[in-house]
Amino acid sequence: MSCANIQVSETPLMLYALRRADDALILGHRLSEWCGHAPILEEDMALSNIALDLIGQARELYGYAAKSEGRDNDEDKLAYLRDVRQYRNLLLVEQPNGDFAHTMVRQFFYSAFADLYWREMMSSRDATLAAIAAKSEKESAYHLRHASEWIIRLGDGTDESHRRVQAAIDDLWAFTGEMFAVDDGERALIHAGVAIDPGTLRGRWLTTLSDVIDEATLSLPQNDWMQQGGRAGRHSEHLGHLLSELQSMQRTFPGLTW
Amino acid sequence: MYTQALNTAETDDRGLEDAAKAAQFQARIDAEERIEPNDWMPAAYRKTLTRQISQHAHSEIVGMLPEGNWITRAPTLRRKGALLAKVQDECGHGLYLYAAAETLGASREELVDAMLAGKAKYSSIFNYPTLTWADIGTIGWLVDGAAIMNQIPLCRCSYGPYARAMIRVCKEESFHQRQGYEIMVTLCRGSDEQKAMAQDALNRWWWPVLMMFGPPDAASQHSDASTRWKIKRFSNDELRQKFVDATVPQAQYLGLTIPDPGMVQDAEGHWRYSEIDWTEFKQVLAGNGPCNRDRMAARRKAHDEGAWVREAAAAYAAKRAQRQTAQAAE
Repeated sequence: MSCANIQVSETPLMLYALRRADDALILGHRLSEWCGHAPILEEDMALSNIALDLIGQARELYGYAAKSEGRDNDEDKLAYLRDVRQYRNLLLVEQPNGDFAHTMVRQFFYSAFADLYWREMMSSRDATLAAIAAKSEKESAYHLRHASEWIIRLGDGTDESHRRVQAAIDDLWAFTGEMFAVDDGERALIHAGVAIDPGTLRGRWLTTLSDVIDEATLSLPQNDWMQQGGRAGRHSEHLGHLLSELQSMQRTFPGLTW
Repeated sequence: MYTQALNTAETDDRGLEDAAKAAQFQARIDAEERIEPNDWMPAAYRKTLTRQISQHAHSEIVGMLPEGNWITRAPTLRRKGALLAKVQDECGHGLYLYAAAETLGASREELVDAMLAGKAKYSSIFNYPTLTWADIGTIGWLVDGAAIMNQIPLCRCSYGPYARAMIRVCKEESFHQRQGYEIMVTLCRGSDEQKAMAQDALNRWWWPVLMMFGPPDAASQHSDASTRWKIKRFSNDELRQKFVDATVPQAQYLGLTIPDPGMVQDAEGHWRYSEIDWTEFKQVLAGNGPCNRDRMAARRKAHDEGAWVREAAAAYAAKRAQRQTAQAAE
């Protein structure tokens, strides 16, 4: 590997897998930042576990993206040798950990979606994506349960925890719309039965959210303005810093085996 | 990851205990029976074990920091996952050990508070920095290797919960050690720069790792009671020598040089190492290692910044219990 950015041929199927791989890697990376620094040891364990699941999902999806692309890229080249404009993840997952409430709300919004998404994707006509979905769905269900329990604890805990978790909901809400957006390339895959239409999940996603938010004595924002851009490589300023850390070894010591 | 002989001298209170019970207790130990939490035990035995197990637990938790330092920078996705899983294992060991200490009547909270207040110790090795990726390989290979050497005999420790914890912990440590060595093999088969990185890491970690076994036997003040109670089955120097003898051929296989020009193999095949700089060891234990302040600051920050989360969880649990009681009364 050289340390320069790789060229990627984003065919619709390759890009589809790449986007989900980037979601999983970036969120997994964020969660791994907690390891050794969580509020209680049980959460050091849990957040690391979830991070490991997501990094595992990322590896499978990168592998499939590379295979679909049919060049000599592999999981590590795709992860370590693309710059911020080539990353295709949701803006939501790159948001900094913030306090524990922000981390949990980010996870809650994402996992509530991922749980539904992977369950539907189990019936994809693409056998590889269906297999990845079957594994990811089981993991996502656990991630959602874990995050939901924390949202309820924090919302219905103390005044401070209530205030913090509500602030996190308000801060991160605008990044949720992107999960349901579809572009032309994806529309063709949906039509072919390879992908599912995420727009059809929005109602059930909102129900999942509302059930938990109500029990937690919290509320969802009225503001329906949604930020977009991650899928096209227009990211927040946070992603560049994350990548500079994630990629530092491959950029500093190009082309070596580790 | 590691327990170290850091105990301060225990008070010998045999005179204060019921002599018959004490004799019976020692007879059980001598017969290799396991002591369980509800069994009678001398106060000094309880105190020694609480201190040793909690120091071991603190070491696991503080030990997450030097390796955790590389999770976000691991060079490949495979390495990233493996390192994260390893550090997570260390956390699991810490939890497991706090639970073992709790069987002796100390709560996790009070043990953690003592550590954060600087009153309880953790292994000196975690006060050294991880500067390059090779440090991650070296920690797995040598630090976990030394830990295994120390902990295998603890699987036969007289206190049941500690002995059983060690069996599980040793299995995982053994996996970590192989994983670390495999990182070293990869580096040593790699470029000149990678080999130099591996040698540099060995140079920096070798002597601190030898110090992990604790002070030399001649200077060790408190092994007697631990030996009599079968908590400790080998002396510091015996374990250190075993470790050196096992490690030298591993370094040779890697093509690395142990940073001890005076090291020689004696007629019996033991690798005799040079004098260890015990001044450095004492300084690190006294809080003057390169990372003591950073490690404590990181643990205190996590604890302080997590306080509101723990309070919220407790408040919610109390509310829920109250609601359930109210419901049951209806």
